[in-house]
Amino acid sequence: MPEIVFDKVEKRYGAVQVLKPLDLTLRDGEFTVLVGPSGCGKSTTLRILAGLETLSGGEIYFNGLPVSRLDPKDRDIAMVFQDYALYPHMNIARNMSFALRLQRRPKAEIDARIRTVAEMLNIGHLLERKPAELSGGQRQRVAMGRALVRDASTFLFDEPLSNLDAKLRARMRTELAELRQRIARNMVYVTHDQIEAMTLGDRIVVMHDGVIQQQGTPQELFEQPVNRFVAGFIGSPTMNFLTAEVVGEGDGLAVTGKGFRLPLDAATARRLGATGRRPVTVGIRPTAFVPAHADAAPLDLKVIVAEYLGASAVLATLCGGTEVLVETTATPLPRPGDVVRFGVPAGAIMIFDNDNGQRL
Amino acid sequence: MTIANTSRLTPYLFLAPSLTVLGLALLYPVGYMVYASFLNWNPSQHIGQAEWVGLRNYLFLINDPSFRESLFVTLKFAAAVVSIEMILGVGLALLLDRQLRGMTLLRTLFILPMMIAPIVVGLMWRYLYHPTVGPLNRSLSALGMETVPWLSDSGWALVSIVIADIWQWTPFIFILALAALQSLPKSVMEAARIDGATGWQQIWHIKLPLMLPVLIVTCLLRLIDAFKVLEVVLVLTNGGPGLSTEILSLRIARTASEFRELGKAAAMSNLLLLGLMVLTAAMFAYSKWMETRAARLRKAAEADAA
Ligand SMILES: Nc1ncnc2c1ncn2[C@@H]1O[C@H](COP(=O)(O)OP(=O)(O)OP(=O)(O)O)[C@@H](O)[C@H]1O
Ligand SMILES: [Mg+2]
Repeated sequence: MPEIVFDKVEKRYGAVQVLKPLDLTLRDGEFTVLVGPSGCGKSTTLRILAGLETLSGGEIYFNGLPVSRLDPKDRDIAMVFQDYALYPHMNIARNMSFALRLQRRPKAEIDARIRTVAEMLNIGHLLERKPAELSGGQRQRVAMGRALVRDASTFLFDEPLSNLDAKLRARMRTELAELRQRIARNMVYVTHDQIEAMTLGDRIVVMHDGVIQQQGTPQELFEQPVNRFVAGFIGSPTMNFLTAEVVGEGDGLAVTGKGFRLPLDAATARRLGATGRRPVTVGIRPTAFVPAHADAAPLDLKVIVAEYLGASAVLATLCGGTEVLVETTATPLPRPGDVVRFGVPAGAIMIFDNDNGQRL
Repeated sequence: MTIANTSRLTPYLFLAPSLTVLGLALLYPVGYMVYASFLNWNPSQHIGQAEWVGLRNYLFLINDPSFRESLFVTLKFAAAVVSIEMILGVGLALLLDRQLRGMTLLRTLFILPMMIAPIVVGLMWRYLYHPTVGPLNRSLSALGMETVPWLSDSGWALVSIVIADIWQWTPFIFILALAALQSLPKSVMEAARIDGATGWQQIWHIKLPLMLPVLIVTCLLRLIDAFKVLEVVLVLTNGGPGLSTEILSLRIARTASEFRELGKAAAMSNLLLLGLMVLTAAMFAYSKWMETRAARLRKAAEADAA
């Protein structure tokens, strides 16, 4: 299984630069997830890796060997396409076996593999049908199956679960997570669903406008986002952002804005360096709020709506006119209109630069 | 009569005038020809004076070695041109289906022959085939090779008209095949590349099967046309030498004008028409079949999704 290195890979369509020079290392056997909003260049990155798109600059290395001139078939890659791309004139079994038949594998082996994968994806009863006779979700599973029957060294998935209903998607996610334990292969997985990204990825790469914003383990991205975009993209419900100002407070610093004043811990204060009033954005995760107590800065929030989710509840509240989401397990639920006092631990406060969105 | 009934009839009422005109314009000549085929009719006679001979014209044709020869030549010609044109046209389309600079111009040049009037094509090729001053033979002798009796040898004559027809009609198949190729789903081709298919395997396992419906219709259209070819052969060989290139439509024309046997000419036309109708019916049956199949597939998919 190759280690795949993107070295300053660029992609331009005419004057439009879709990928800015991009450096990325996919380690041997790693499950890498590319996430980002629509149009940020995830599919393009995948297609360049597969060899379906040429590079406009830079080079890709598999185990140190440049591959940008290699044909897709020489890269030992299996891929699930965003639009399925099933062969319309072959039935499902033949769709899935196409690559193996080209490799002239023995029929018994092909049949056995198809049966295993079809069972896993629950498409065994569809094998005799043509793609046109399937629903969108079934086609997506077939597309997945066509890739999984192969024993390529690298698997590429372009939003393979986007068309499934919530239940099926959760099941497939689990199957994929198991699969990845079983077969040690490089997997690159594109999604814009950050739950998929968090649950599946060894490493998550967050992209935006053709630029990698940050890469790391799910935990790193969640706990140490480098900028406001990543902080807002990773985590559900999404992080709350409040405009604020840094001010001196005793011998430390605090952030203050409409309806709140939160002291910062010593480490953050040190990073912020020079005191003095300056505008920033404060980020607090909905899960960071705790019941008010002495160690946490108090924050009064006016509840607008309470959404009960079973194990927890999400409160939509107002803080000086800005909406703030709070995830809480406290019972009973506050009623709309109540003003509730929460605590914000100093360590849970993230400060972002107003100009470039960098975390400070 | 209820209102519902009336409104159901309304469209037919509006269609009636044009249907009448069309019916007369179409049925009258065909009916006339069918009627004429039962007559022993000389052009100097009025049709009313012609002698009624029943099916004797048809019986005569079936036993006429010249007619059978002509039919055989036509079949040979049609089979040769259609199969060669299909292979060339589809092959060229596969070759030229790529985004290169100048390809648009090349494609345009390619379809020019199709736009030239058949008579002109015939005249042009007659010049090309000219035994002494024709460019083909001049080039051959310039290269020190023996010249070819393009139109004067009964073996070569058929080959020559086949070549001329191929030159003119390969572009037709080329543009239809190219259109079919370019409408193939792009990502399916990409999937095949990822699955490890070589260029040939992509053509054989993916492109050709997906183009097949278009190719079948194209083939039938060309076949119908090949059975009716006249002008080019008329100008190039006028059926000769001997009967070697006397295709059916030419024989019909000669029977009517040279042998002055309108009844037999009509009978021949009817036989040709019958053959063409069978081909046309085959084509319609095929596209109808494709349609119902597509509809069935869609229905199944919808039922499944629900
Ligand atoms: N052939 C092309 N020509 C010009 N621009 C293109 C082309 N293909 C893609 N793009 C542009 O490149 C950008 C990235 O496209 P890409 O398909 O990689 O997005 P994506 O991240 O996969 O989005 P999605 O989540 O919607 O699939 C888009 O802005 C798109 O408009
Ligand atoms: Mg995409």
